Amino acid sequence: MTQYPVSAIMLRDPSLLVGALIAEGWRVIGPKLDQNAIVYDQLINGDDLPRGLTDEQEAGHYRMVPGRDGRWFDYVVGPQSWKKWLFPARQKLWSATRRDDGFDIEAQATDWPKTAFIGVRACEIAAMAVQDRVFDNGSFADSAYAVRRRDTLIVAVQCARSGATCFCASMETGPRASAGFDIALTELDDGLFADSGSDRGAAILARLNAHPAQPRQRQEAQEVSARAAAMQVRRMPANAPEVLRAQPDHPQWDEVANRCLSCGNCTLACPTCFCTDVEDVTDLSGNHAERWRSWDSCFSVDFTYVHGGSVRRSVKSRYRQWMTHKLSSWVDQFGTSGCVGCGRCITWCPVGIDITKEVAAIAASGSEG
Amino acid sequence: MAPRPKLAVWKFASCDGCQLTLLDCEDELLAIADALDIAQFLEATKVATDGPYDVSLVEGSITTAHDAQRIRDIRAQTKTLITIGACATAGGTQSLRNFADVDAYTSMVYAHPDYISTLATSTPISDHVKVDFELRGCPVSKHQLLELISATLAGRKPHVPLTSQCTECKQHGTTCVTVAHGIPCLGPVTQAGCGNLCPSVGRGCYGCFGPKETPNAAALSAQMAGLGLPPRALRDLYRSFNAAAPEFQAESKRHD
Ligand code: SF4
Ligand code: SF4
Ligand code: SF4
Ligand code: SF4
Repeated sequence: MTQYPVSAIMLRDPSLLVGALIAEGWRVIGPKLDQNAIVYDQLINGDDLPRGLTDEQEAGHYRMVPGRDGRWFDYVVGPQSWKKWLFPARQKLWSATRRDDGFDIEAQATDWPKTAFIGVRACEIAAMAVQDRVFDNGSFADSAYAVRRRDTLIVAVQCARSGATCFCASMETGPRASAGFDIALTELDDGLFADSGSDRGAAILARLNAHPAQPRQRQEAQEVSARAAAMQVRRMPANAPEVLRAQPDHPQWDEVANRCLSCGNCTLACPTCFCTDVEDVTDLSGNHAERWRSWDSCFSVDFTYVHGGSVRRSVKSRYRQWMTHKLSSWVDQFGTSGCVGCGRCITWCPVGIDITKEVAAIAASGSEG
Repeated sequence: MAPRPKLAVWKFASCDGCQLTLLDCEDELLAIADALDIAQFLEATKVATDGPYDVSLVEGSITTAHDAQRIRDIRAQTKTLITIGACATAGGTQSLRNFADVDAYTSMVYAHPDYISTLATSTPISDHVKVDFELRGCPVSKHQLLELISATLAGRKPHVPLTSQCTECKQHGTTCVTVAHGIPCLGPVTQAGCGNLCPSVGRGCYGCFGPKETPNAAALSAQMAGLGLPPRALRDLYRSFNAAAPEFQAESKRHD
């Protein structure tokens, strides 16, 4: 499918690419082992990439365990998503200083050196496209977000296995990304098949002086993805939007509310959730004010605070908001599902509430009621 | 220049840790002294000016009849009364007495128990007088305390989220200790605000900031029991700094 000047190459070791990017002046952010989990942080050199590890995931359960020897990317998505970088948890919007005759407003500059993300999975590329529709959609643009998106190179990794909580295949967002990256790597037994998805990606690959990939290796890369898709044990019913729209009073909402902690972990771990709180702070002198935006969640009571109180006080109403927005009303609002099937909300829910099972429970008995 | 609002800081049954948090605001102390007339703060100064006071910060819980009267007097002289810390907002660790026989404790601890005049319970300030704002924590967070003072001076609502400690983990990029390491954690039922102290170093949350809004402690306990926590350990987890906070008290009693 490549229409770029260089055809795909075989890369012996991804740290060569990391090193080349750093040498070319990119800030490289990629997977790192921290607190016994894979997180996305700045890589100082290629040695920072974890190796020989895999993850064991289930509802409310994540463990790093030894994986196939020498493999670089045998884990799937971890606790963090790239929104940590593109849509930071806390962001100063502007500040103001009192003057004798009024006040001055200082805009907040966006500090974003040219950055390469390495190790972006298909569901995560899909999640970025979902957030693009929120933050940079033609009628509204969050300028800082747009700058960060524009000045970021995406090096995808095509998943060679799926985790037990992954369900991207049923969301049609993965496990193989076909667009939305500059470079895509697929780990094979004899190295990494590296293909480009943009001119700048192709130029970077060309400068690596690696062996061109053989047609057989291209074929193998496709097969790796097909095997990863076949491994998926969870799936989202295709009629989730209609099912949820039709069932606001289903008894399952009460049942899940008994188990739900309204802790907000699912929304905050989700790579597409975009809700924020805006807070104005003043200092002790009252002469300096700042406006900050920080991640919020529809699980917080204050989220629906209007004059006189909050609208969604019950946990039931808040859980229902999260799931119906994510899977149903998001489609009406943005033309796509708000879910890309990454499985984070399932793994990182402390009590293991599973969005696919909840939909299935509502769908199963929905037709009768 | 308009007269500065008068601030008084009061101590009841407590360890002084929350007052120390105020003293620990080294960089901001001068600004606080600029903005406020510190009329009472025995931890910091012997100067003691009579009331009325614009703002009273109250640390500690009520454990004696004398203190129960003293807080009423303070309330009567105070415009805005703010309680700081787990003792003042929930009764503190000393509220463990609420679950025991105080006379039996006293006779074990003191050589002359007859000298001790104490109530059977340790109760939060809000059980005795109207409180305008309760700042949680054992101890309170310096950041939240400064925000509260700044907001009070500016006449605006302080930004003190009532959400779970989990929201701090996610904002800090802390990997969940329960999910990734199987460590029991009170974070999902505990109010945010400490600055993510324990989970960020791989420990479970101890609940210093007390119950969050709409806590579902029963569901969390079921999950922790699944991690292997026996009922006694579960009970003790809820029975610490905020033992007498209603939601934690009810949950600890379920595992008695
Ligand atoms: S709803 Fe869950 S599975 Fe879907 S994108 Fe969000 S975190 Fe991933
Ligand atoms: S699910 Fe909740 S937190 Fe996520 S985008 Fe929708 S309303 Fe916001
Ligand atoms: S579904 Fe799970 S992660 Fe989400 S709020 Fe409820 S308990 Fe927390
Ligand atoms: S470590 Fe504790 S506070 Fe943090 S997300 Fe996990 S359960 Fe919540």
